[in-house]
Amino acid sequence: MTAVTHDHDAPYQPVFVGERRKELDALFPLYPTKMACILPALWMVQEDRGWISDEGMAEVAEVLELTPAYVKGVVTFYTMYNTHPVGKYLIQVCTTTPCNICGAEDVVGAFLEHTGCGELGITSADGKFTVIEVECLGACGFATPVMINEGFVESVTAARVPEILAGLE
Amino acid sequence: MGYPHPSHAGETPVLSQYFGDQDGIGLDGWRKRGGYNGLQKALSMSPAEIVDVVKASGLRGRGGAGFPTGIKWSFMKPGDGKPHYLCCNADESEPGTFKDREIMRWTPHALVEGCAIGAYAIGAETAYIYIRGEFTEPLIRMRQAVREAYDAGIIGKNAMGSGKRIDIVIHKGAGAYICGEETAMMNSIEGRRGNPRIKPPFPAVSGVFGQPTTINNVETLAAVPHIIVRGAEWYKGLSLSSPKSTGSKLFSVCGNIAKPGNYEVTLGFPFKDFLYDLCGGPLPGRTFKAVVPGGISVPIQTMEEAEATKMDYEGFIEQGSMLGSGGVIVFDDQQNMVKQIARAARFFAHESCAQCTQCREGTAWTTKIMERIRDGEGTHEDLDTLFSIADNMTGKTICVLSDSCAVPVVSGINKFRSEFEALIKKPKFHPVTAAVA
Repeated sequence: MTAVTHDHDAPYQPVFVGERRKELDALFPLYPTKMACILPALWMVQEDRGWISDEGMAEVAEVLELTPAYVKGVVTFYTMYNTHPVGKYLIQVCTTTPCNICGAEDVVGAFLEHTGCGELGITSADGKFTVIEVECLGACGFATPVMINEGFVESVTAARVPEILAGLE
Repeated sequence: MGYPHPSHAGETPVLSQYFGDQDGIGLDGWRKRGGYNGLQKALSMSPAEIVDVVKASGLRGRGGAGFPTGIKWSFMKPGDGKPHYLCCNADESEPGTFKDREIMRWTPHALVEGCAIGAYAIGAETAYIYIRGEFTEPLIRMRQAVREAYDAGIIGKNAMGSGKRIDIVIHKGAGAYICGEETAMMNSIEGRRGNPRIKPPFPAVSGVFGQPTTINNVETLAAVPHIIVRGAEWYKGLSLSSPKSTGSKLFSVCGNIAKPGNYEVTLGFPFKDFLYDLCGGPLPGRTFKAVVPGGISVPIQTMEEAEATKMDYEGFIEQGSMLGSGGVIVFDDQQNMVKQIARAARFFAHESCAQCTQCREGTAWTTKIMERIRDGEGTHEDLDTLFSIADNMTGKTICVLSDSCAVPVVSGINKFRSEFEALIKKPKFHPVTAAVA
């Protein structure tokens, strides 16, 4: 699983320069408006910076000729855009009904315990992990599915959690 | 096949034939399996002829609503001088449903082909495939398949040498169940918050970017190439039941069952045989208690109802539920229905787009009461309040998310009232009362 690497304290560096700018420009002909590129542009910021800060929103607003307030409205609507820094590994555990039936609560408990996060949404002291619950990952027959950054682990049980975490090192 | 399990004789693998087959994922392997023969044939037909074949096949939308696909396509008026769009709904987010995920993981070219045929049939030059952001592996496979199809000249400026332009764009969602609702999806593609729009105008009149648009589910579009190649009569002949429910359908099965997975059967298949035979029945030492047959937003069935059901659009309605998206969630005797319905309510409260008051407030209030009852702090009046809230949440909002929250709560109380009452009657220690006494 690719780790999200970013330095939260470093000054914001623009995303849409060089290759990324070309990548964004290549999207424009695919839609009749520039505004339609907001979701892909935000994904690019998050992929490069790990989360979407106010500066990131302002940059997206500028390249797409929108207002920062509009961009913030869109960012905060969607749950997958991180508006705060997260750990090197963002662990999303599905706990919606089908997974809940199959013991997802225990899986969440095991991740909180073994990552040292203790609480949902809190990043561990070493900056490595953030554990959150997520509403339906769409893999209900493989309960409990867990997303770790861009990686997907199926059929996770509480007992498998230490081995999964060890595999991230 | 009943992926990830071996095939069962009761299945009819049309869409799922190559699930788990690594060689079928890439373009070369897919072509060896007959891939793109449907598009080739479709491009030799007129759009009106394609629409007629799909109409005659009786194919109905597999996303949940079950609207006849050919009729939906016929709403798009050719020669109106406007750009037309096809949007493929790959935002599969209904709890219990995970069939589109497997179509995109294992047979991505089937969807590319279905989209290309659909776009040509409705006069669209651009098709957007809106894939939920959580589907990382399906996204990678679909992007690869689209790239391969462009490179091979199957889609693009001159699709398969036909002189027709067909562009396919993958649009990645960002985590919002509501974007599976067609008008919310259009807003999201346009770069807005995924708030549903009031209908009318319907998408065929004013859809994405204000232009005539058709929205189809992944499974619906993936079925189209088979219909074009083998004909409408073949597809109709797959049905075991009424002429209104034709073809095969993928059912995702999860929860307390021996073999969770994806199973493809002809519509009209007996639900009892499906649950006990194909899916292996309950886990050892347990018995089934209840089933949600079409994703969490459809009414809960008791086992008596489920066992009497024929698996088609009409059959599920006759037995008090709906076919929906085909996401079967099974509960066994170890489950407390109050706890699980409370969890379902929390899902809808979390996913409400908050645009309509009845939904925003109703889903939150319902969740609060359900969790109170679950925790042994409910009253009998709470049940009346839940019915009253549900009544005010149904049929009064822009989209049906609000109704979807009310459905499991109302059907749950009606069918498993004793479990609610058992929690309400549980004696509770009240410190103040105890002190006074």
